[in-house]
Parts: sequence; C-alpha cells; structure tokens
Amino acid sequence: MKQILEGSNAIANIIRLIKPAVVSAYPITPQTHIVEDLAKLKADGKADYEYVRAESEFAAASIVLGSSATGVRTYTATSSQGLLLMVEVLFNIAGMRLPIVLTCANRGVSAPITIWNDHQDAMTVRDAGWIMLFAENSQEAVDLHVVAYKIAEKLQVPVMVNVDGFVLTHTYEPVILPTQAQVNKFLPKYKPKKGTYLDVKDPITLGNFATPEHYMGIRQELHDEIAGSQELIKKEMEKWEQSRKSIKSIKSKVDVVDTGLVEYYGAKNPEVIFVGMGSMIGTVKDFVDNSKGRVGVLKIRSFRPLPAEDIIKIINKAKYIAVLDKSISLGEEGVLATEIKALGNNIKKGLRNSKPKIQSFVVGLGGRDITGKTFERIIELVKKRDSKVKFVG
Amino acid sequence: MIEIRIHGRGGQGVVTAAELIAMAAFYEGFEAQAFPNFGVERRGAPIEAYARISDKPIKLRSQIYEPDIIVVQDDSLLSVVDVFKGIKKDTKVIINSDKKLEDIFKTGCPVPTKNIATISATKIALEILGKPIINTVMLGFFAKFSGLIKAESINKALKDKFKGEILKKNIRAVEYAYEI
Repeated sequence: MKQILEGSNAIANIIRLIKPAVVSAYPITPQTHIVEDLAKLKADGKADYEYVRAESEFAAASIVLGSSATGVRTYTATSSQGLLLMVEVLFNIAGMRLPIVLTCANRGVSAPITIWNDHQDAMTVRDAGWIMLFAENSQEAVDLHVVAYKIAEKLQVPVMVNVDGFVLTHTYEPVILPTQAQVNKFLPKYKPKKGTYLDVKDPITLGNFATPEHYMGIRQELHDEIAGSQELIKKEMEKWEQSRKSIKSIKSKVDVVDTGLVEYYGAKNPEVIFVGMGSMIGTVKDFVDNSKGRVGVLKIRSFRPLPAEDIIKIINKAKYIAVLDKSISLGEEGVLATEIKALGNNIKKGLRNSKPKIQSFVVGLGGRDITGKTFERIIELVKKRDSKVKFVG
Repeated sequence: MIEIRIHGRGGQGVVTAAELIAMAAFYEGFEAQAFPNFGVERRGAPIEAYARISDKPIKLRSQIYEPDIIVVQDDSLLSVVDVFKGIKKDTKVIINSDKKLEDIFKTGCPVPTKNIATISATKIALEILGKPIINTVMLGFFAKFSGLIKAESINKALKDKFKGEILKKNIRAVEYAYEI
C-alpha cells in the first residue's frame, strides 16, 4: 500500500519487517528519528528485537558486533561524528566477516560544527571493508535495506545504507512498504553456517591474531569478496524488484538504463553527464527533464563495490563528465571524482581514445542547497579548459 | 507542480503544517513532499517549511525559492523576514493577523489584493482550542483560499497524527476556518 511517511519512519518500519534480533544505537542528529521510531515500535509491542541503548556510538557498534558474532541478525544507525567514533569497530566488523547492516543518515563532519547533510562521514570510512549503497529517495532507502541484509548474509560482508540526513530522513513523501510475506520470502531467517559464529558447543575464535604469513591473504580474501560481489548484488536487486510487482516503473521521455548498481537518466547522446550519489540525483533528474541541452545523470547506487564496467560504458558516451561530490579529500578533490578518473585504468576496456574530460565539482557541503542553478553553472565550468576542482553553490 | 512556503516561529508547528498539507494532498491522489528548512529549531525563532504538490512523481529536492503559495503564521514576522521573497505574478498569500490589509501594508501591498488574505487565527484558536496553537485554523483557511485541497483531507491527515479530544477540537478548527 502506498503511504505518505517521513523517510526515517519508512526506514524504521522496514527494519521492523526485516526482524533483526538486536538493535543498538546512540542517538545523533539527523539519525535520531530512525532510532526513536525503532524504540517506539518495540515499546508498543510491534517489534520484538532486543533494543540495547548504548552509551556511545563506539559501544553501539561494539554491541552489534558482539551480538552478530553469536549468529543473529543485527542493526544499527548513526551519522557524522557518530560514524567516526565507530571507525575502529567498523574495520573489525568487516574483518570478522559479520553481516551487520548500518544506516548512515549522512551528515557533514566537524569542525566547524554542522548538523546538516553531506557525504563526508561515509567517504571517510570508505576503506573499512563495507559494501556501501546510496539511496536517492525514501522508496529506494526502503528497498536497499532489504537487499542489504540479503547480500550481507550471503557474502558475510557488512553493508552500509546511506541516506541523506534531513533531505531524506526528515522529508514526508509517498512510499510503498513491502508486506511481511514479501520480506519473508525474499529474506529468509538468518541461519549462519556452523563454525562461523560463537557457539559454546562448537567453540571458535573470531578476529584473532594473524602473523605476516596470514594477514595479507585474509585481507586479500575480503577484497576479492567485495570486488567480486557485483553480479550477486545485481541479481538480488533484480529479484527483489520482481517480487514487488506492485511498484510500477514510470514511463520516461528520456533514456533510462538501470544495471542495479548504477542508473543512467537523460539524453540518448549526451554531451554532459553528471555523476553523483544519493538524494541530489532527484534534483539533477528534474534539471535534466527541464533542460534543452544534451545532458544526463549517472547515479552511483553502489559505491563499494564501484562497478567500473557499468560506469565506463555510460561515461564513454559523453564529452564532459562532471562528478558531483558532497565530500572532499582536502587538498585533493572530491572523493568520487578521483575514483571515476581512475576507473579507465583499472579495466580491460577502458575509456575510449578521445577521452571525455572528467572534472570534480564539490557541492552541497554542510547542507548548502543544491538547485538547478548549481547544475547550469557546472555545465558552463566543465566546458572550460581549466580542470581543477571547483566548489559550486 | 504547486510549491508552498510556510513562515512561522519555532513552536508554532510550522513543520507539522507542511506535513499535513502534503498528507492531505496525497489523500486526494496527488504526489506530495514536505520538508523543513532544516534549521536549528528554537522556540520563537523564525522557521520555514516547504511542501510540493504535483500530479507527477516529485524528484526535485531543492528548497522553495519561487512559491505559488505563502503562509505566514505570525504577522510579527513581516518586519523580520522577507516573506515575499521570490513571489511570482500569481502567488497567493495568507497571513495570520488581526489587522486589516491596508493597516499592514501602509505603503502598498506587494501582491494584488485578490491574492492575499488575513485571518485572525490566534483569536479563533484561543476560542476553539483554548490555546494559541494556530496551525489547524491556518490549514482550514489555506484549503479554502487556495482551493487546492478539501477540509476533509486535512482532517484525514490529522487523524494520522492526533487522537481523542485534541483531534476533535482540531477538526472543528479546520472546519470553522474553512467556512469563513
């Protein structure tokens, strides 16, 4: 049934349907409404997870680590400084191959203090060994959480679902929640393999000491798992979409190519392609709908793994690629921009001979509003000779 | 697409008003979106919230710069905030005020007088609700003046958020303002 819900409430409700055994979190703006709603669902008797109030994000992450290590489904959510306080534990969760799902209500990082949205928090933990997905709207946030648990539990790799703080978490918009039966069918009860979790009857050690003989091999194994997960993620996204026939795809005047990991929306023969992640994509699509120019937008739904072939195939069509980052590697450029530039070198069939110009544009830091004018300005700038990173907005 | 901007003060339920408009429009079969201007909310500080209503799915997430409808919850804001910022030719404005239009805008009204109206929402709220919570009075008047949504739809949205005596009183407030 289509309902109008606050983004946070939609996320809390999909977690209720996913039925984790343990939820642990520490409240932080703008994640707060998600965990408040989860606590309320529990208090009202509508959910039966154990809700563990933590004294900090470090503790919350440690609590889900511990409970996940005993072989049960777990959930946590955080933002900004909270995510940064979790960093040590995030690496451990990935290294121990625990299939935890975390919602990051994306927010900028201090100092100066900001409570508003950007992607600096998520980009800062890029290398922790988590699969990282980004949602464009409430509907996608709901669907990505279900798929996240499926791939996490299949691969024994944690997944972070990123939703833009305030812009998605505090916005009311129509969304279709799946039924309990739909979720149960797609996501069966979590039953980890014997010997992969802590069990007094079958003792094992997790996160143990690794000598130089073994450490590198274990790290490579995790790398290979994440790098090789693209086909599985695509397959599961497709399966989930098919199981939800109630959602009709909207007919569009423009070209739409959706591989599950990325989505292209725009002109058939684009001159300029914007590349970005999260809620900004909706605003770019609106710009594309109203633009007379040959423009398009490539949405990166899966940042880890980053689907090189899918991206190259699309950006090879255009002359100018404007990568929109809500984050900055200070002294360098936008984080996604660096990665898009590197892609051509990492795969067999790289960029075509007359390479498109790829430029980094930093937008929307600390909640700076992103509008059609932002994109008009970027189109002007990307066509110039100068290829340095530009802050626009 | 219709874009609505609501101006008020922290504590007046500005964000709730935008949410109720979106919910009411949704119940009438429209696509709708509501969000706050993500400020750090403090009681009494000027606050903005936005709503969009459309017959197509809404992708745009920018703040609203050129509203079709402006709602001003408190006339003391007129000297503090430029509530008319970005008005278009046909922008409609409603203001909570006990004063007449010509007394508010002594040097001329920024929009044609057929597109602007005042309502003594605080007085009405005190009578019906016993508290100066003007939200639902303004929404009833909004429904009438904009012609966008029906009072029944606002009442349906209210049922999602409130219950009991509070709900009953607020429905009366909506209906009273709608009949003005």
